[in-house]
Amino acid sequence: MNKSSIIEIRDISIGFTGRSGHTLPVLRNINLTVKRGETVGLVGESGSGKSTLALAAMGYLKRGLRILEGTCHFKDQNMFTLGRTELEKIRGGKLGLVPQNSGQSLTPTLRIGQQLTEALRLHSKLKSEQYHRRVLELLTQVRLPDPETVVVRFPHELSGGQQQRVAIAMALAGEPDALLLDEPTTGLDVTTQAHILELLRDLAADTGMAMLYVSHDLGAIAQVCDRVMVMYAGEVVLEGTTRQVLKAPSHPYARGLLASIPKLSDPHLPSALKGRPPAPGGAGNGCAFVERCGIASEICRSTRPSLASGPGNALVRCHHANLSNRLSMTPDGKKVCNADPNAEPAIYLDNLSIRYSKQSLINRLCGKKDISPATVDNISITLTKGETLGLVGESGSGKSTILKTVAGLLPPANGSIVFGDGENLPREVEQRCPNHLRRIQLVFQNPDDSLNPRHTIAEILEQPLKLYFSLTGQALLERSTELLELVRLGAHYLDRLPSQLSGGEKQRVAIARAFAAEPDLILCDEVTSALDVSVQAAVLNLLNELKQKQGTTYVFVSHDLAVVRALSDRVAVLYQGRLCEIGPAADVYSTPSHPYTEVLLNAVLEPDPDIRPKLTTDDVVELAPPTQGCPFQRRCPRKLGKICDTENPPWQQKENGHSICCHIAIEQLESMQFEEINIEPASA
Amino acid sequence: MLQILFRRLFLGFVTVVVVSMIIFAGVEILPGDACTAFLEREAKGLILESCREDLGLNRPAVERYFDWAWNALQGDLGISANGKDSIASLVGARLGNSLLLAVCALSIGVPLAIILGIVTGLWRDKPIDLLISTSVIFAMTIPEFVSSTVLILVFSAWLGWLPGIVLTSASAPISEFFPEIILPVVVLSMVMTAHILRMVRSSVIEVMGSDYIQMATLKGVPYWRMVFLHALPNALLPAINIIALTIAWLLGGVVVVEVVFNYPGLGRMMIDSISDRDLPVVQALALIVATVYVFVNLSADMLTMIANPRLRTLYTRK
Repeated sequence: MNKSSIIEIRDISIGFTGRSGHTLPVLRNINLTVKRGETVGLVGESGSGKSTLALAAMGYLKRGLRILEGTCHFKDQNMFTLGRTELEKIRGGKLGLVPQNSGQSLTPTLRIGQQLTEALRLHSKLKSEQYHRRVLELLTQVRLPDPETVVVRFPHELSGGQQQRVAIAMALAGEPDALLLDEPTTGLDVTTQAHILELLRDLAADTGMAMLYVSHDLGAIAQVCDRVMVMYAGEVVLEGTTRQVLKAPSHPYARGLLASIPKLSDPHLPSALKGRPPAPGGAGNGCAFVERCGIASEICRSTRPSLASGPGNALVRCHHANLSNRLSMTPDGKKVCNADPNAEPAIYLDNLSIRYSKQSLINRLCGKKDISPATVDNISITLTKGETLGLVGESGSGKSTILKTVAGLLPPANGSIVFGDGENLPREVEQRCPNHLRRIQLVFQNPDDSLNPRHTIAEILEQPLKLYFSLTGQALLERSTELLELVRLGAHYLDRLPSQLSGGEKQRVAIARAFAAEPDLILCDEVTSALDVSVQAAVLNLLNELKQKQGTTYVFVSHDLAVVRALSDRVAVLYQGRLCEIGPAADVYSTPSHPYTEVLLNAVLEPDPDIRPKLTTDDVVELAPPTQGCPFQRRCPRKLGKICDTENPPWQQKENGHSICCHIAIEQLESMQFEEINIEPASA
Repeated sequence: MLQILFRRLFLGFVTVVVVSMIIFAGVEILPGDACTAFLEREAKGLILESCREDLGLNRPAVERYFDWAWNALQGDLGISANGKDSIASLVGARLGNSLLLAVCALSIGVPLAIILGIVTGLWRDKPIDLLISTSVIFAMTIPEFVSSTVLILVFSAWLGWLPGIVLTSASAPISEFFPEIILPVVVLSMVMTAHILRMVRSSVIEVMGSDYIQMATLKGVPYWRMVFLHALPNALLPAINIIALTIAWLLGGVVVVEVVFNYPGLGRMMIDSISDRDLPVVQALALIVATVYVFVNLSADMLTMIANPRLRTLYTRK
């Protein structure tokens, strides 16, 4: 065994017993070594077995799984032969874990201080009176402001980024030699994500820890990893340095994966991988990727390729690694631009403001006015027919709130919503007539929650058809089939239940249901966020295609700036429920930008190790907008001074309807941002 | 926090008032009144009139309701239809007895249910879980009067270990209820243990499968420390409410068990007064049971709020 390797996994296979009684493998013959001071990335889509592998490195298997063959060593200890007490000593001590979704991984009934102290009690040699000081040190080390307050908080009182930092601090408490990170930044805002990754990179450099970084996000992997392993259907298909894997991948799957990621620098739509990965045990004798591969041949069907040295010395599991450069790895989907500035308007949002807080009875009786600033304020946007408007901003910026209000689920405190033909839309959904309801449709983030699990696909699609068009019998069936074909699913899906569909297919059904109503406007709330990248690309392409065919108007909400860019004609940037910038996608995504847009764009992670995010502001979470002045005043890196705190910034118009709400003159913004772009390479 | 408590107290009070109206209206709608019950069926004409005059029953219903409610609020529940006994003192003794039965059943049933619930939850699908879970389903599905009868048959008639029926009078001191109270307590604990246990079991299973328990394991927390520190405080929260429901059920008079064992508690008093058409007593008992339900549930909600940091901090921190 190599002296310098901290984690060494040899030829491991893990599986479970399926319903048929056969053993189904979820991991097949995997070798993984992480050396001291090294960060290895584990990439793959959901179901590829990457988390199972990371947990196996801790000697932990989820319920039902078992080791079929192979060993897992941490230093020189075989993790699966250790007793309970020995495992307890290693786990959280010399081998730490930063879990996915820290919000749910911190015990809700224990204070942050108690949970960190527990880690110290278990894994450090400190005396109990030293715990408090060390806890504060750890919280400071992960760059949490005001550690004294954090200590007495409960997990739910912290923001997602803060919870993640606490989880990292907890892993650091045992002064680990190796850290396993299971999707540590998934679900966080872009700016927070970039900050956490920077923290991890610095920690790795300072402490010389070995890190195993599991993620589906190639952008995050590109930032922190030295080496990357790409997993597909429980196998490693490509292994090499980050540069080899991300810049010139020699496996068709890795190339497809890269092509399916929307990129900020590329306005094209991402291209989807066709098909879906085989279920555990379903890979057959040949290559697991054969059904989805563009260069597969006879040998790929009959013989399973081995992991062998390929182009550029990367290890690749492919019979045709030398041919893989024929496959594109850049997005090349064509974006349809229907937006005709002279088209008729579809809907006006006129000076909308929305409040969540209801005034208390006593205040209302005393006639006191609620003076706290509204959650969403001053939103005036006109959408033209066939246009796609992207709404971007961090969590809490009011994106989804605006959608809810347009859909009538949350009545506005002020302002009105008017259809293009002049018809005023009642504030609350109860007051809207069926025709109003028909004209606005919603597609939600998670199709698991938005499709009734006990209704067949036919029943789901028939509901709007019966309700709005009173279709019956044959007409109903024909129209449902037509809708399924519209979203590229066949008629044979009609009698299936949502649980029998994959995530992407479910989202297609949800989209078909929205189109069933023949609406004027479709509101898409993070519709691709719960999907794998390759599936996300397919859904984006579908939405794009439908827009071309049907001339639909979309409002597309997402926290992912690249996704928004790929689909939208126009983009509006929101901060604390206020518009900062709005304009054609190409203009918003290039200089000059509102300082907030600039912060967001700088923080985006591209799947390219040569593009580093620039962090220009703290990732503080503001709970409420300031009472006066610019909403971004507290975090703005380009803040002018007092004027930003006291006066509302003016809207400055540029060409093409691009406008920015800022005190800094547009020309000045442009020259500031231009300078920085040009200085950057020289200093780096 | 205090504000919430006062609001809930106020709402609880309103609920009781509304319930009292419904009870009063319900009793009004029934044919007959205290006088027809008191004077037997033959009473007609003048005697009935003068009786009603005496008791004030010829006044409008609304007026009588306020009279009744106002007195009830001050602890005066009126007099029983036999015209002699104050209901408050009648109920007082019975309430004490019901309380005794409830306390005994709870002090056995609740700890037993929680411990067994934890055991079955932690050793899910193991032989011990299957054994306990199956017997619990039996205890749940067998009606109380059957299990009571079987217990009386076995322990009283055959073995002769315990008295099968309570002969102590309602106002006797507590000590005289032993050992007569044992069999009813056993029956009641069986039924309530089953409900609470199943709740605790599923809650333990859910929590043990949660992300934070996996995290605690992977943080190297020893198993039992993890169970007691990380899992149970979360798993037992939902049990508070079902325990409260059980308490309310026990205090509200467990009619069947009290009748089978001839136990002088609220439940049997309810049955007796219904068959005697003693409407003032029925009215008073219904009001008491409703009040108990409302306030036991309110205390459970407040307790949950104190025990659950998510709810607690909602009101203590801004």
